[in-house]
Amino acid sequence: MPEFQRFSYDVLVIGAGGAGLRAAIEARASGAKVGVVCKSLLGKAHTVMAEGGIAAALANVDDRDNWRVHFADTMRGGQYLNNWRMAELHAKEAPECVRELEAWGALFDRTKDGRILQRNFGGHKYPRLAHVGDRTGLEMIRTLQDHGIYTGMEVHMECTVLSLLLDSGRVVGACGYDREKGLFQLWQAKAVVLATGGIGRAYKITSNSWEYTGDGLALAYNAGAELQEMEFVQFHPTGMVWPISVRGILVTEGVRGEGGVLRNSEGRRFMFDEIPDLYKDSTADNEEEGWRYTQGDRNARRPPELLTRDHVARCINREVKAGRGTPHGGVFLDIAWIKERLPKAEEHIKRKLPSMYHQFKQLADLDITKEPMEVGPTTHYMMGGIRVDGDSQMSSVPGLFAAGEAAAGLHGANRLGGNSLSDLVVFGRRAGRFAAEFAKKNGADGAPTKVDEEQLQATAKAALVPFDRGASGENPYQVQYDLQESMQDLVGIVRTENEMQQALEKIAQLQARADRVGIAGHRQYNNGWHTAIDLASLLVVSEAITRAALLRKESRGAQFREDFPNKDAEWGKHNIVVKRGADGEMLVEKRAIPQMPEELKAVVAEMK
Amino acid sequence: MVTQAMFRIWRGDSAGGGFQDYVTPVEEGMVVLDAVHRVQAQQAPDLALRWNCKAGKCGSCSAEINGMPKLMCMTRLSNLNLEMPVILEPMHTFPVIRDLVTDVSWNFRAKKTIKEFKPRSPDMPDGTWRMQQADVERVQEFRKCIECFLCQDVCHVLREHHKEDEFIGPRLLVYAAALEMHPLDNEDRVSDLRKKHNIGYCNITTCCRKVCPESITITENAIIPLKERVVDRFFDPLKQLFHIL
Repeated sequence: MPEFQRFSYDVLVIGAGGAGLRAAIEARASGAKVGVVCKSLLGKAHTVMAEGGIAAALANVDDRDNWRVHFADTMRGGQYLNNWRMAELHAKEAPECVRELEAWGALFDRTKDGRILQRNFGGHKYPRLAHVGDRTGLEMIRTLQDHGIYTGMEVHMECTVLSLLLDSGRVVGACGYDREKGLFQLWQAKAVVLATGGIGRAYKITSNSWEYTGDGLALAYNAGAELQEMEFVQFHPTGMVWPISVRGILVTEGVRGEGGVLRNSEGRRFMFDEIPDLYKDSTADNEEEGWRYTQGDRNARRPPELLTRDHVARCINREVKAGRGTPHGGVFLDIAWIKERLPKAEEHIKRKLPSMYHQFKQLADLDITKEPMEVGPTTHYMMGGIRVDGDSQMSSVPGLFAAGEAAAGLHGANRLGGNSLSDLVVFGRRAGRFAAEFAKKNGADGAPTKVDEEQLQATAKAALVPFDRGASGENPYQVQYDLQESMQDLVGIVRTENEMQQALEKIAQLQARADRVGIAGHRQYNNGWHTAIDLASLLVVSEAITRAALLRKESRGAQFREDFPNKDAEWGKHNIVVKRGADGEMLVEKRAIPQMPEELKAVVAEMK
Repeated sequence: MVTQAMFRIWRGDSAGGGFQDYVTPVEEGMVVLDAVHRVQAQQAPDLALRWNCKAGKCGSCSAEINGMPKLMCMTRLSNLNLEMPVILEPMHTFPVIRDLVTDVSWNFRAKKTIKEFKPRSPDMPDGTWRMQQADVERVQEFRKCIECFLCQDVCHVLREHHKEDEFIGPRLLVYAAALEMHPLDNEDRVSDLRKKHNIGYCNITTCCRKVCPESITITENAIIPLKERVVDRFFDPLKQLFHIL
């Protein structure tokens, strides 16, 4: 019988990126005993990869900015499918959360008068992104980490969570194993926060690391929680396309914010060719005006390169498909050209975009101050996730909370750049606070806290089955690769009914293969075993994406259906919710978005 | 370019181990991590290694490549002699867990022994501060650190003499420098640096600076200024004279 190491907390946080750490810090500040479980070492989560900045209406650079503008920008970007309550809270609380980071030691770039500097980004009306060159995510996670370690939270690094544990429908903890020794662990808790990030590894070309297999989404789904907006996967327009080994790695939108332009192989700035109606009035129609905007001219309109990510990704896709792509199947992103406009452009680029300079120099042998980069779309971010209450971040399972990329709602059909980092701190803080409150309220008076020992044993045994099959079973890496290939080809940037039906068949076949994976060797730090375990989450997430995308018969935000290329007003009033049926089958349903209060409607109307 | 290469990878655990050879196809543009991933997926599914971002930003895939401490994701095959086997070993300074994975948890424990950030009171009634870009930049260099621990791996105080209980190593001296030179910080760590963290053990061989993948000038910009603060506080002859008088 597998043994479990046992731990007990008020609040268990699963995931130690920006949202998880912020939640843990807040829960500790409320006096809760907090445990944090993460898949990698502390401080390595994908938050480190965030480059451009954190969006907050501080109004340090343009005093016309305020929460109302930020709210309206977020709703417009999300094509009005957003949870408006979350969009409101996010816009209102982001500035305070950024100042909090500064109080904990974060060092943002400064304005001339010594305040936090803000930069332009796609979909944001005013310069709004507080940043540190192009390594804002690293600054943020290190700040939270270095503040968090002194608060007395207990961190369990390099663990995989296998299952959430329930008693009478309420969450009472989680179980899993540690990588280092491969020993099973039980973390009992009165409340659990899922902050496990995204699902990028469901696709072949992605900016995400191996960790992002949608574990939190699958854990919540299997525990009976609802998922939402699963059809909306953000393909970031600019990932590296060459060399092949770094395909998918992100090139920050900051490059375009600093004046970088997109050109096809004919040298044409193709982004001027198609500007969506929703953005016609706010987008420059000539190169001169676009350039002035990037240089801080308040009266200029933004260049079309800074339109929303879904649109830019599709335009790039169109150029490549039409045969106007670069040698390696992307388009050109050129920042070097600004030397025609700026003195000392080379130093300027190196100072503003140091990581990009470094990344291209070292990995592609290319000097971005002299030559254009080759870029193309890459799977980047999951707008969808666990459906939560806008205020408390609690899911439909009592005691189970979610924050950050793992939660759905804030971004609707498409996320604006910079809104993810602010999402992490605003809703990480809320999830931590409400989880601690929940634990306090429901901790005493005979609340359910019983761990089902049978479930525990069954979970552990199931996790060990691949070892019984040994090397003769299916290779887990190959199954994962085949799934990524299917999702990339059949449920990617451009979708059709026919291809997605094929994807469902493939997923069923891959599920059968996943049930036969075998692992050689033993439990200690066995990457093959970890990959085998991750497959279960990836398959749930892939199926949910495909089913939701099939149901939404329209094109909106990140979802583009070739067979339904237009927006449908009726669909604009609905979210798609995914949950597990009584017999384990996946249910997908259309659910009306609650009416926006008059006050918020007025804000949207005013900013249109 | 050659079409295949041999990777001589150390396999084993705390009880011991040895090198195993793997031949795998290679292509233009590949880095060491790609080749190791290929070996893992096709020949050795249970090969243990750490990685995350694959872009030199998370500092997970540290290893010793042909004897040099490097990030596997930032080491291009085109910069290695592939006529010879590429030798991959775990970092030597830390206890091995399995294959290329080492136990780096000491770094996390040691960090907590350094006094945390303590900001001065806000400059403005709205609770905010004012800082100049130039003052911020000095510390931003240290905050680029991705905690790959390659500097700890080459530091002879740790690697040869294993003074982990007395000395915090270059990574954490950089951390201490970032705090000490932070424009808002009010804490005093100078005495700790001398007595608790034993900064004096560092004799500035600059090995740490040479292996830093973020090109942080560890010795000149971080450690030496901290040493100067310690000297100013404890070894200034004039101050000592006043003390005696």
